Amino acid sequence: MIDASVFLLAAALALGSGVAMVLVRNAVHAALFLVASQLALAVLFLIQGAFFIAALQIIVYAGAIMVLFVFVVMLLGVDKRESLTEPLRFQREIGVGLGVLLIVAALYLGVGTSFAVANLPDSAGPRSGEGNVEAVARELFTHWALPFEITSVLLIVAVVGTMVLAKRRLRS
Amino acid sequence: MSVPAEWYLLVSALLFITGTIGVLIRRNVIVMFMCIELMLNAVNLTFVTLDRMMGGLAGQIAVFFVLVVAAAEVVVGLAIIVSIFRRRASTDADQVSLLKW
Repeated sequence: MIDASVFLLAAALALGSGVAMVLVRNAVHAALFLVASQLALAVLFLIQGAFFIAALQIIVYAGAIMVLFVFVVMLLGVDKRESLTEPLRFQREIGVGLGVLLIVAALYLGVGTSFAVANLPDSAGPRSGEGNVEAVARELFTHWALPFEITSVLLIVAVVGTMVLAKRRLRS
Repeated sequence: MSVPAEWYLLVSALLFITGTIGVLIRRNVIVMFMCIELMLNAVNLTFVTLDRMMGGLAGQIAVFFVLVVAAAEVVVGLAIIVSIFRRRASTDADQVSLLKW
């Protein structure tokens, strides 16, 4: 019962904030709605037993990435209004129409597929007394150790690329 | 667990579609980028839910990698947006038409 109410609250918050993010005109408000949506998603991760992912969601997404977004929005000027005139004809109508089509397709596929799983465990992850964080760490550092190390190369490449992109030319 | 796992998948699908519509109808590049983040989040919810249904951990590992790639992508993408803004003084997607024929 409590599970269901928490789920409904978090799902409604996530969906409502997501829709509000698309509809609102100010970019800063959109960023704040996105933070609300991500926090609600962290709650959804929590009640499914994915504690490590929930913490990561709050720290990395709602924390670091959204700070970066708000920083860039502030840097580029918040007062610039998005003009409402659409140069492409029927762009909005076709966009919303395609989205509705996608909803119909997803519902059709979802209803047509049977998600028959024999025994649904209460929470993801390990069977023994080990907690979720320990289990994820064990899996990450044993089975997925090489991809994990390659990820660090990706991060370094991203940092160097950002510096090259953002640097002003010294001459000219 | 009283909530069926299909509901989580439904929420995830609706969030993903919200992000898709946002990318299609918005014209501010930064907001379009935020919509892409929303789509990534929706996929993460699918991963965790299916992970719980299968009783494994591989989905949560996948979410971890999605998070890392998303962080790298945001950093590079925002740097590109800043450099476009320096040249065009605008964050409107219609202003970026150099590659258009």
